[in-house]
Amino acid sequence: MPPASGDLYEKRKGVYPKAVDGFYRRLKWAIMAVTLAIYWGTPWIRWDRGPYAPDQAVLVDLAHRRFYMFAIEIWPHEFYYVAGLLVMAGIGLFLVTSAVGRAWCGYACPQTVWTDLYQHVERFIDGDRNAQIRLAKAPWSAAKAARRLAKWGVWLAIAFLTGGAWIFYFADAPTLQREFWTGSAAPVAYGTVGVLTATTFILGGFLREQLCIYMCPWPRIQTAMLDEKSLVVTYKDWRGEKRASLKKAEAHPGDFGDCIDCNQCVAVCPTGIDIREGPQIGCITCALCIDACDKVMAQVGRPRGLIDYCTQEDAEAEKNGAPSRPILRTLLRPRTIAYAAIWTSIGAAMLFALGARTRIDIAAQQDRNPIFVRLSDGAIRNAYMVKVRNMEARPRPVRVKVEGLADARLWTDAMPRDAAAPSVTATVPADSVAKLRIFIAAPPAGPARQDFRFTVTATDREGGDAREPARFERP
Amino acid sequence: MADASDKRIDTATGTELKGHEWDGIAELDTPLPRWWLWTFYATILFAIGYCIAYPAWPLVSDYTRGTLGWSSRGTLEQELAAREAQIAPIHKAIADTSITDLPGRPHLMQAAVEGGRAAFKVHCVQCHGSGAAGAKGYPNLNDDDWLWGGDLATIERTIVDGVRNPDHDATRQSIMPAFGRDQLLTGTQVDDLVAHVRVISRQDKPGAASQRGARLFADNCAVCHGADGKGSRTLGAPNLTDGIWLYGGDAGTIRETIWNSRQGVMPRWDDKLDKATIRMLAAYVHSLGGGEATPVEAANGAE
Repeated sequence: MPPASGDLYEKRKGVYPKAVDGFYRRLKWAIMAVTLAIYWGTPWIRWDRGPYAPDQAVLVDLAHRRFYMFAIEIWPHEFYYVAGLLVMAGIGLFLVTSAVGRAWCGYACPQTVWTDLYQHVERFIDGDRNAQIRLAKAPWSAAKAARRLAKWGVWLAIAFLTGGAWIFYFADAPTLQREFWTGSAAPVAYGTVGVLTATTFILGGFLREQLCIYMCPWPRIQTAMLDEKSLVVTYKDWRGEKRASLKKAEAHPGDFGDCIDCNQCVAVCPTGIDIREGPQIGCITCALCIDACDKVMAQVGRPRGLIDYCTQEDAEAEKNGAPSRPILRTLLRPRTIAYAAIWTSIGAAMLFALGARTRIDIAAQQDRNPIFVRLSDGAIRNAYMVKVRNMEARPRPVRVKVEGLADARLWTDAMPRDAAAPSVTATVPADSVAKLRIFIAAPPAGPARQDFRFTVTATDREGGDAREPARFERP
Repeated sequence: MADASDKRIDTATGTELKGHEWDGIAELDTPLPRWWLWTFYATILFAIGYCIAYPAWPLVSDYTRGTLGWSSRGTLEQELAAREAQIAPIHKAIADTSITDLPGRPHLMQAAVEGGRAAFKVHCVQCHGSGAAGAKGYPNLNDDDWLWGGDLATIERTIVDGVRNPDHDATRQSIMPAFGRDQLLTGTQVDDLVAHVRVISRQDKPGAASQRGARLFADNCAVCHGADGKGSRTLGAPNLTDGIWLYGGDAGTIRETIWNSRQGVMPRWDDKLDKATIRMLAAYVHSLGGGEATPVEAANGAE
């Protein structure tokens, strides 16, 4: 229907999904419980990292530029691990979508989870579908206002808990909670909670399927990744059509299909679509219509699966009378196996890199102004800013040496030149970078430019070393 | 543009057509949505309010100041003042700590070196260069050769009083006679001296001239530069035996130095810079790599 003349947009039609029970509904309950538990619970898990690092298991420490995830600690220069995770998330999405369609949308997307939660609250306060429609049409009264206030109040409370939990990922959760309530938390914490509370309230309470259909880019991307071998929610029109009411169908057996046009599939749909019109962008494949239809089919004594997960290919085959293939064969095919293989190899490569990474690192930069200095004994001195990075949560003693520069003697600005030696030692504080200004004096005879290497070795029991090329210059 | 006679109505939408068509595609004359219109009005109101509240319109010799009294210059001044207030306590602490006590307080010492680095870029680079490497006649502060001494206290005193500063009694003072110009020595004698200096700085092999020069050196130069030519820090006389030359170690330059003498001047800084800044400069120069332990430090180290 084109919009009426004068209006720019089609007015939103209210969606009042009916409560339903069945396998997929229970699956959704389970996934909601697990995802919400992960979201709300994760920041409160403790992880002992010793005295020098925070003991929160998952922490994005922006102030100190560290990311902690259980035993793994990521430094900013190791951001490629995060990039790797993003790539894995992307390929994981390819894999899941090509195998089971828009499972993300239907079950795990935060918008779906919170909208679902909000709809349960709505049913609890306003009643099921019919009561909701009646209430929506009813003129404003004290009773309606009271119900609305109650519903919005609970929504707002959930939104606040949602927005509130987010900030705990960025600071020590128990401390931040205390600060939050005593008003001493950072302004950005209150701002974040405010914004996320507002967005959760608006997106989960009011925008709902509008977000999926009009705002979210994900459905477009996901739809592009579906093919005729992907499992999607399908109305088997060859079995359902022509539709007729139960009474009419019983009066003329054989003339009509299995669909009794009870509209239950439409009534339970959280995005308000009619799956019998075929695959469409509004379908998030939450499969609640399957639950609703199966229940009705059971009541009227017809086989389940009039609406069911089915690949387009199988749908075509079934229409022509062939039996449908086992689910495993639709899941395991070259495309999904290829995605799974890529996904697994990236994961394995990252785990390998994680296991093999050294927790000590060195970088050296030569002073350019002046490049060299002649000392009174005739020796030539170059100066370097050497950064030694200790990525472990305890202070570590290190020894810095040079390789490939004969008769070089080192000293730092913290020691007298008389103490110059072939190597210098320092202690790098826990989880930080020690900046050492290192002077190197070498005999004046030699090439104008001489390449050598700085090496740093941890001198404690765990050891570990790193090298960095540098250059010594003479007049 | 369509005139009245062109007016047609699109049957599908009931909207008037603009009257032009490209490849069979006709444009509808759809009115702007109301929300767009209100947003447009709101931006106009916002602009008017903005012009009243903030500086906006240029006038002949001034500009409208805005009722909020905001200005970018004012903001800058506030930020500068805030910055000043932030570093004031550290400057005061540095000014109140004697230079020899600074190394014992690493936090202050570090602040002093960093502050000195900034101050150096403003006050000292003109002569000593941005990396403090100096130039001909202007000492390289990175090396370990010091005319007057390279410990913190001595460096600070050099900065405070300057060198050969004509209008300051406490200034570092050393006078080398102009041996040639003032006819204290003959040209040949100066040449002999040059030969000797080239020998003690291990640039030339001894010869007859340098042997004559050695006697002249003992008579005329050893008072300040020492019998062995290693110089004297008390008098600011350079060490002539090392590899570092302020003006140059080639025969021509040494000859010119002896003939005319050198009287490099460094201004005093205590009348231009505050105590904390001078202390920070001293700390920075000391940190460049040639800094020496103060006599106090050395004494403590020996215990």
